Amino acid sequence: MRALLVERLPHRFAAARIAAATVGSGAGVGIGPIRLTDLEVPELPASGWHRIRPRLSGICGSDLATLDGSSSRYFEPIVSFPFVPGHEIVADALDGEHEGRRVVLEPVLGCAARGLPLCPACASGQRGSCVHIGFGHLKPGLQTGYCSDTGGGWSEELVAHVSQLHVVPDGVDDDDAVMVEPTACAVHAAHRARPEQGEHVVVIGGGTIGLLVVAAVREYFLPASLLAVARHPVQRDFARALGADLVVEEDELVRAVRRVTGSLALEARSGKPRRLTGGADVVIDCVGSARSIGQALEITRPGGRIVLVGMPGSTRVDLAPLWQREVTMLGAYAYGNESRPEGERSTFALALELVGAARLGRLVSARYPLDRYEEAVRHAASAGRRGAVKVVFDLRRREPTWHRQDIPAGRDEEEDRR
Amino acid sequence: MSPRPGFVLEVDRSTPPTLFWHGEGFRFEQLPAGSRVVYPPEPVPALADPDAAIRHALENPVGDSPPLSDLLSAGMRLTIAFDDVSLPLPQMRSPDVRGRVIEAVLDAAAAAGVDDVVLIAALALHRRMTDDELRHALGSRVFDAFAPNGLLLQHDAEDPDGIVALGVTEEGEDVEINRRAAESDLLVYVNINLVAMDGGHKSVATGLASYNSIRHHHNVKTMQHSRSFMDRHHSELHTSNWRMGKLIAGALRIFQIETTLNTDTFPSQFGYLQRREWEWTLRDRASFHATRAALERTPVALSRQIFQSIRSPHQIASVQAGEVEAVHDSALSHLHRQQLVEVAGQTDVVTMGLPYICPYNVNSIMNPILVACLGLGYFFNLYRGKPVVREGGVAILSHPTPWAFHPVHHPSYIDFFDQVLSETTDPLEIEAKYEESFATDPWYVHLYRTSYAYHGVHPFYMWYWCAHALEHLGAVIIVGGDRGAVRRMGFKPATSLADALEMAEDVVGRDPTITHLHLPPLFLADVT
Repeated sequence: MRALLVERLPHRFAAARIAAATVGSGAGVGIGPIRLTDLEVPELPASGWHRIRPRLSGICGSDLATLDGSSSRYFEPIVSFPFVPGHEIVADALDGEHEGRRVVLEPVLGCAARGLPLCPACASGQRGSCVHIGFGHLKPGLQTGYCSDTGGGWSEELVAHVSQLHVVPDGVDDDDAVMVEPTACAVHAAHRARPEQGEHVVVIGGGTIGLLVVAAVREYFLPASLLAVARHPVQRDFARALGADLVVEEDELVRAVRRVTGSLALEARSGKPRRLTGGADVVIDCVGSARSIGQALEITRPGGRIVLVGMPGSTRVDLAPLWQREVTMLGAYAYGNESRPEGERSTFALALELVGAARLGRLVSARYPLDRYEEAVRHAASAGRRGAVKVVFDLRRREPTWHRQDIPAGRDEEEDRR
Repeated sequence: MSPRPGFVLEVDRSTPPTLFWHGEGFRFEQLPAGSRVVYPPEPVPALADPDAAIRHALENPVGDSPPLSDLLSAGMRLTIAFDDVSLPLPQMRSPDVRGRVIEAVLDAAAAAGVDDVVLIAALALHRRMTDDELRHALGSRVFDAFAPNGLLLQHDAEDPDGIVALGVTEEGEDVEINRRAAESDLLVYVNINLVAMDGGHKSVATGLASYNSIRHHHNVKTMQHSRSFMDRHHSELHTSNWRMGKLIAGALRIFQIETTLNTDTFPSQFGYLQRREWEWTLRDRASFHATRAALERTPVALSRQIFQSIRSPHQIASVQAGEVEAVHDSALSHLHRQQLVEVAGQTDVVTMGLPYICPYNVNSIMNPILVACLGLGYFFNLYRGKPVVREGGVAILSHPTPWAFHPVHHPSYIDFFDQVLSETTDPLEIEAKYEESFATDPWYVHLYRTSYAYHGVHPFYMWYWCAHALEHLGAVIIVGGDRGAVRRMGFKPATSLADALEMAEDVVGRDPTITHLHLPPLFLADVT
């Protein structure tokens, strides 16, 4: 089968890192650790595992970080080489109880997939917090797409444990379905942030995750205001359409938060509000850079909370405001179960509902065949600038296809139109 | 020789190109044959001895008022309020008329043995004046006598302890003014009537009022029903101020002093700005072209600085004192004598070159909202009878309209432009949805009170100022402006006047009538 393979080749990682640092993200894909090759289909690791054939598989920010050689070294012990990337997958189940049906993959490899007795986290449905990660009958790999035993979505076939599979309802098309995994991340992040009614929420980052977090916060909570930071016009349009009350560019952020929250500002005599004395109740950082974390600290009120959704690496940030303002900083990784008024719900189940309700498949901007992977990765790395949001591999096609990214309508307008 | 009155020129093939102000620069435009150009009257003669005229006015008041000296006595509490830095434009050469008048009032107070005297800059919701600006307006003698002793104050519309409620008008309008002024035995108000809107009861009822009071007349409904606010008898803005003013006048003794200036607006090196193009001398032409060439090579910030440093040779044309309404009527008749120009009939398209300055960017930046306000608020409303441009017509403004704001003076303008105008440009929607939150925003209040910022609500008022024009016009086109800024305000950008006129035809039809307002110097069009 055809597959994209990432190998442990330090010199290629170094070359990709230099290219990304000097030219920009995605620039080093041709000289980096990834290549297109023919592979054997992975063997089924144990009972309960099945074969699936991807239809669409997304390119995620964490994939780009891997290909840019910029991922944190923290991940080294929980990744096994060589691996086939790709964890945002809608696929056809080839055997097992879901045979013949479309499925989406919940990529976290928890105790069940590893053939281990369930740890307390897995037992409570919080597989993202599994404490047996890296053990069991699988090689290390925090998720499918980073484990050499499972294969990944950027191939024509892979294996998945039954506990990882969710059947896609008929009303949800493939574009919506490929958005389920990132939407689940966003739903989880929104629930980690859990804004109270009347709180002011800021979402930093207008990429796929940032936009999906906007949609999730709007869907499940009742903030007083939902402010989104987005750099590119397509991102701003989608942020508004998905429920942001106000969308601003990065350099307007402090002023906008001050205005929305009615905060006072220090260094005010210059007329430029640089440091707020109050600020937003909740800031959800979907970028994960030193700059975005620094900004989050500048605009979070004393006693407020920051949720890191964007994957941060080794960064240098002044934590004095965190200390002085007693700000709480939380991580939001993956998914599990969420506490809802109706009871505990699987994040993936919520995401499956949300992608259909909010028609999140419209965020899919371009599809590439595997053999155009260099182009696809470069497109994904510059998506906002090129008027795109989500770039995916289409494992059934030989030619790329693009969606014209019209200015999106809001959900209410969409519903009215129906 | 008596000064020539205003003049309406009909452009023909021999008419030289017309000078358009364009911010800190100029454009020369060839208007189509048949266009009209309205020129201001020449400056009326100045008072030969202004100090003597001031003293005479104080002792020979108009209306139902004793002479000033009869109102002054030892042991009394006297407050002298004066117009702020928004007047006159450009700032006048020293000595400023306010300083002259206040010196005369202080002489009279000293002669009567009055010790408790406080000066108050009547800021309304404007920014505080700097010490240099106060010194310029009042003169060094007055400034040095009062400022170091804490007796030179600036009205603070947000000071909870410094505002007093005087009552409510029959229309339910709250009347709240400066406590020191209200609790004085005599309030002397020193006014400059640069345009017909200024003065009268508006001086105290707006200049010394709180936001809670001002909001009753600075709103969209009032502006849309002021046709125009330069014509007080047809101005809802003034009707409201008059109701408040009468209530105030019933509560405290006011001695009003109103002055008018002639339209000698620019110093001699810019004399061509006050002359009609076909009368330019060789020297005027050389001077103009040299200035224009130099400006084209000068960075914007430096050009701004150069223009803001211009001091006008304005001369005092009249001074009158006494009871508010009688004084105002007298001042208006002098102002009309200077500024009225008869204009026969309306036009399809009105063009205006907007200069670098308006009342709210003295020593500051003319941001896009102020550009709109100057063109559609002030210049559009410089009429009596009916607007120069017909209903459904087009206004073409010429100004660079930079996407630039003075961060100290106009902080709420930045947010208004970014967050409000990006959502809607409808004045009524803006007023309903956003005004209160801006007006009560604690940071804006803090900056207004302690820094040099206009009140948080001020950009709203600038937009409301445009409401009558926005309702009346079919389109607004800005020539040579920042395209993004122009579009943000809902207007159309054009690169040249020719393009703008072509675009205007889409709204008003082929071969429209065109009228250009050749100002400043200022005039008031009496449209028949």
